[in-house]
Amino acid sequence: MTTGVDLGQPQAQAIRSDEDVVRVRQLVRTVAVAVKLSLVDQTKVVTAASELARNTLVYGGGGTVEVSTADNGRRKGVRIVFADTGPGIADLDLALTDGYTTGGGLGLGLSGARRLVDEFDIRTAVGEGTRITVTKWSR
Amino acid sequence: MERVPILKIGDILLVSIQTDMSDQTAVQLQEDLAERIVATGCHGVIIDITALDIVDSFVGRMLSTIASISKVLDAETVVVGMRPAVAITLVELGLSLNGIRTALNVERGMELIAAARADEHDLAFDDQADADTTASS
Repeated sequence: MTTGVDLGQPQAQAIRSDEDVVRVRQLVRTVAVAVKLSLVDQTKVVTAASELARNTLVYGGGGTVEVSTADNGRRKGVRIVFADTGPGIADLDLALTDGYTTGGGLGLGLSGARRLVDEFDIRTAVGEGTRITVTKWSR
Repeated sequence: MERVPILKIGDILLVSIQTDMSDQTAVQLQEDLAERIVATGCHGVIIDITALDIVDSFVGRMLSTIASISKVLDAETVVVGMRPAVAITLVELGLSLNGIRTALNVERGMELIAAARADEHDLAFDDQADADTTASS
């Protein structure tokens, strides 16, 4: 099956609508399969990406995602960067707490996504936006 | 926006989710199902998620909401066909799917609904019998 995705280059995708969240899931799945993540790890990273893409849309007011392959010399993985120029997160510790939400959701998006990936980095500034980088490595 | 079809099989509504749903499609499904439960008087809803390769918190919440709405409308909901990788991921995500009945496949889901209905009838019968005993003593 050809996917038409050049894995040598990072894949960028705008997150402006519900349908874009679906596209992010499909893009992450394609790269996760290409770097030979196990089925469970594919499922975990796609689920994490879905949560974070929705956050970018709902809380960040939309933004972009960049999906690329990662290689640390021993293992390959998938790296995803979510960026928005929305309101930012005032209290990061609180935002990362299970069950905390300002949007009427379950409050599992950020905290749950962090548990599903191997590396999780978040940079945020009030009034400037949020940038989240996650990586999932093959076993 | 795509819509998820709802099939009526006897006393049961069967929803087989075949696409990667957008959030809007998921919300639409909730509304469509509530309408169909009332319109058909069905007492069971089976949601088949065999084809779903992920269930995130949004879809998880939709499943819980559907189960609650069905309950209020006198119908049992059973979610069937969850893939092992999806189950593992859901638990790690922190989603417990409280209040949702699950079964491995559609057939077992139908048995579960039939059993739940039978239990309810027995209970109703017992209550009636108790009332009769009380009245006669």
